[in-house]
Amino acid sequence: AEGAVAGAVFQVWVFVVLFLIMLPAMFGLSLGVTGVYIQVLVKILEWATVRIQRGRMEQPSVPVPLPNGIIERAGGSMEEEIGELRNSFALSDAFYFYKKGLESIVDDQVTQRFSSEELASWNLLTRTNQNFRYISLRLTIIWVLGVFVRYCILFPLRITLAIIGLSWLVIGTTLVGFLPENSVKTWLSELVHLTCYRICARGLSATIRYYNKENKPQKGGICVANHTTPIDVVILANDGCYAMVGQIHGGLMGVIQRSMVRSCPHVWFERSEMKDRHAVTSRLRAHVAAKTKLPILIFPEGTCINNTSVMMFKKGSFEIGGTIYPVAIKYDPRFGDAFWNSGKYNMVSYLLRMMTSWAIVVNVWYLPPMTLQDGEDAAHFASRVKSAIAHQGGLLDLDWDGGLKRGKVKDSFKEEQQKMYSSIIVGQNGISSCSQSTKVE
Amino acid sequence: MGSRASTLLREEEIEEIKKETGFSHSQITRLYSRFTSLDKGENGTLSREDFQRIPELAINPLGDRIINAFFPEGEDQVNFRGFMRTLAHFRPIEDNEKNKNSSASEPLNSRTNKLLFAFRLYDLDRDDKISRDELLQVLEKVDVEQKMSIRFLH
Repeated sequence: AEGAVAGAVFQVWVFVVLFLIMLPAMFGLSLGVTGVYIQVLVKILEWATVRIQRGRMEQPSVPVPLPNGIIERAGGSMEEEIGELRNSFALSDAFYFYKKGLESIVDDQVTQRFSSEELASWNLLTRTNQNFRYISLRLTIIWVLGVFVRYCILFPLRITLAIIGLSWLVIGTTLVGFLPENSVKTWLSELVHLTCYRICARGLSATIRYYNKENKPQKGGICVANHTTPIDVVILANDGCYAMVGQIHGGLMGVIQRSMVRSCPHVWFERSEMKDRHAVTSRLRAHVAAKTKLPILIFPEGTCINNTSVMMFKKGSFEIGGTIYPVAIKYDPRFGDAFWNSGKYNMVSYLLRMMTSWAIVVNVWYLPPMTLQDGEDAAHFASRVKSAIAHQGGLLDLDWDGGLKRGKVKDSFKEEQQKMYSSIIVGQNGISSCSQSTKVE
Repeated sequence: MGSRASTLLREEEIEEIKKETGFSHSQITRLYSRFTSLDKGENGTLSREDFQRIPELAINPLGDRIINAFFPEGEDQVNFRGFMRTLAHFRPIEDNEKNKNSSASEPLNSRTNKLLFAFRLYDLDRDDKISRDELLQVLEKVDVEQKMSIRFLH
């Protein structure tokens, strides 16, 4: 009798997975289940928020999260605070630097971007819980139910889908790879890639909304986007085919990469090649120049940022030439924290966390294509594209380098601050006397 | 941030820090959250490297001196009490504190203590080498209370 029950459960399982999820996913259809799920979730989270707010008022010792930081900054520039053109040094000038320094120790703009965003209200996931106190029995019950639903129902479903999706990618692309280069192969390759990514997206309960599809990246172009997580690739590839760029890994990742490149020209680099900037640029340039190849997908930040801001875009991607298609990606933090904190979690534990979140809800905006203007250098162009993406996604536009996650800030920035201060003390006198002497010559 | 910080700070400690520094309960827990997020080694203390990891501080021309102010003579680690004690100098002077003439020890953020803090930042080898009168003369003309205060939100 037990064997029969197990067999029946298994059959139901296969039926659900195959017909209700996989097949519709392959054809880009939706049964609307995820939509209903999201709506129910929103209602529950709203109720939880109200309940928590009420609980906070009853327990005043619990601090309220401050979305804008711990301190209120004065915000004046160096000139305003120290005083213009005094042409003299005063001991009290140091106060400005001390204050700015202490302010940055208490709350700075950069280090907070490399860890998950603090939510204004708890979304019933322990991992995002900073100051959880027991507030009410009902809330705790809902949380326990949530744990059960996420770990025992959603997680096995999602794992199954992920495995199916990835195996399909490897098998499908290998099979397509046997065909000769012609339009059939291209069409089949796109089909395989799209269906696989769609299945994977279902495997994360991802709800993706694309805006301005008329600006979708075209062949021979370069698609740039802000980077939050490796899942960005799945999100974008659900709506179109891209040539991926990246380093070739070993293990499972390497197997997937090697089979993908059999069916369509992705650009994979060996670790040694990545260090040679010229080699990388020329290979990408060759790819773009062949106007028939799929658009390249690049993340110019170079590292994952927590989706509250966009950090410096490395100018290398903007020196390749060709049309740039900017894309802005914004995750809704209520349903799950999509940011990959690579220092804290490795890829496997990150994916497990993703699969046990409520869902992934994303908005993707395709922005109008941009090209290098006359007399503009690559760094300025990169900055322009970055601002456009930040503006569209509602993210903060920062000039700081994402590489600060691991590395130190360059000394030249400190020297800039020192130069600025010297020009205040020295004032106009120093500069104008110099220019007079050159005029005479 | 994102760490379950407040559960590791005991109520008695918060009360002690409140008495010593004058910060409110919620300010202390928030600053503790910040302290732990800077503490990459997760050992309850900050080292000089932990401070230098803050880019805005690293480019500050006086950044090194500010970092030194947190560390007591000859030590390389600062705990949360020391952290708060140093930050307390930058708490704004509230109106009800201005009129205190009590003989009890002055609060850390009094005008005199702010000046003392700024003086020590100049006096790198900590042996009163700057002429004290000179310094005070210049500083008398400056709105010390405003310039050496940070507005901590409640």
